[in-house]
Amino acid sequence: MMKQKTGSKIVSYMLLVLLAYVMIYPLLWMIGAAFKTNEEIFSGSISLLPKHPVFGAFAAGWKGSGQFGFGTFLKNTFILTIPTVFFTVISSVLVGYGFARFRFPCKRILFSLMLSTMMLPGTVIIIPRYIFFKHLGWLNSYLPFIAPAIVGCFPFFNFMMVQFFRGLPLELDESAKMDGCKSFTILRYILLPLCKPAIFSVIVFQFVWTWNDFMGPLIYISNVAKYTVSLGLRLTMDVSSRFDWNQIMAMSLVTIIPPVVLFFSAQKYFVEGIATTGMKN
Amino acid sequence: MKQKNKEGLAGFLYILPWIVGFLTLQLIPLINSLLYSFTDFSLLGKYKFLGLQNYVKIFTNDALFKQSLKVTFYYVLMAVPCKIIFALIIALILNQNLKGINIFRTLYYLPSILGGSIAISVLWKYLFMDKGVVNQFLGFLGISSHQWLGDPKLALPTIGLVTVWEFGSSMLLFLAGLKQIPTTYYEAAMIDGAGCWRRFWKITLPELSPIMLFNLIMQMINAFQDFTTPFVITEGGPMKSTYLYGMMLYDQGFKFFRMGYASALSWVLFAIILVLTSLTFKSSQSWVHYGDNL
Repeated sequence: MMKQKTGSKIVSYMLLVLLAYVMIYPLLWMIGAAFKTNEEIFSGSISLLPKHPVFGAFAAGWKGSGQFGFGTFLKNTFILTIPTVFFTVISSVLVGYGFARFRFPCKRILFSLMLSTMMLPGTVIIIPRYIFFKHLGWLNSYLPFIAPAIVGCFPFFNFMMVQFFRGLPLELDESAKMDGCKSFTILRYILLPLCKPAIFSVIVFQFVWTWNDFMGPLIYISNVAKYTVSLGLRLTMDVSSRFDWNQIMAMSLVTIIPPVVLFFSAQKYFVEGIATTGMKN
Repeated sequence: MKQKNKEGLAGFLYILPWIVGFLTLQLIPLINSLLYSFTDFSLLGKYKFLGLQNYVKIFTNDALFKQSLKVTFYYVLMAVPCKIIFALIIALILNQNLKGINIFRTLYYLPSILGGSIAISVLWKYLFMDKGVVNQFLGFLGISSHQWLGDPKLALPTIGLVTVWEFGSSMLLFLAGLKQIPTTYYEAAMIDGAGCWRRFWKITLPELSPIMLFNLIMQMINAFQDFTTPFVITEGGPMKSTYLYGMMLYDQGFKFFRMGYASALSWVLFAIILVLTSLTFKSSQSWVHYGDNL
């Protein structure tokens, strides 16, 4: 019995390691390729380590081919992403608190409306939104990304916060109310400090989605000076350096670093958060 | 009474941002998109009412629509079940009491963080090119190489692999669900002499079925709208074999600026998704088990 158990454990470990290798191999290959010569990449070598390491790819790729390089694209992506994430956190906390802790007319209907918009395919509203933002003169700016965050248009995050607030004991609010605290004071000083795991999940998810977003920038941003990294990468791939593969790999690597760093630094909270959302329904 | 009104008002104030957002950025756009779908709206000044003409054209006189719909269905039917089954298997392995499980959980989730990015699409293009890493590797194993992205039969599955590779969030949900199944169920079954396979079918799977339903529906909705990967890797080719619905919508709306027609196309997709999700919900009555007491 005992023996069989260790046996199956070893098999499980071997499976897990093998699978982890297959899963992560593409990413490791990308890191290696950034230091390979173009000839080596083109020959399709499967070795992760470069035979004759070269270090020029980062500098050359960073400069880019045209007027604007990856310094600009990275800066732009931060300028777009940080306010979007910030306002998503604020709006989802407010909306979550409102739905979880207050009674008001039509609450059930409004809540189920919000849930149903979670399943509304984004493609149906892209065109009218584009026309709306065009009328407002917001094309070529980051407002089409930031405005929806301000007005809580990410039902997924609102729902996540509702679920989280529901999990916090009501006694907290009630005892504070007895002491004469206003509802906002309760939120700000009593509940908010407890919301850390949920807020981290919102931050990680929204940062990663906004950072990686391709279709949004593709539609709204046409001025190269305002390109985000995803548009910048595509530009590099398309226009100038079809054969400077190590440069493209090097820049791909640079663009995935911020989300990966954020993911690793917040992953403890983040895994908790995602597990609580899907579950309590 | 007065106290109650005050509370109601406060509640409204907190959810006010969402109400504004829902009206201006979701409900009104939704209505507008339906209205545009009956016109030849194109951003270039005047447009006229066409009645059902756009829809008639879609169903009777648009070869690309037929091709794209076929490709998209094939893609969804292939990628979504593979992803969910894969996620379930990994979650089952991870659910054992093994040391260092957190490291594996993190590693398996990593692709989900990056999957949608252009960087990964670019990477995929290199890995699967004719002389790419994948073909070299197959060469080592003595398997002949394939034109992964050049062969109309293989291009779509190759792109679907990116989706399957991002099985992380489905896996985390399954894992959370597995942790909630009371161990007493398994102990009782073991006393009754139920084998491992039987326990899986009779306990694990029914207990996980609500999560299965959630994963199935969310993944389906997403997969129907996938766009970035084929757009960057194959640009819809070869021979339109990876021309997913999302790409067709983009081309019609933002390349040719036929926004009325694109709106009609988006409503057809919306209807398809709506029918399929409600069918899934309906069918779930017979296979989803909601934790009643034993």
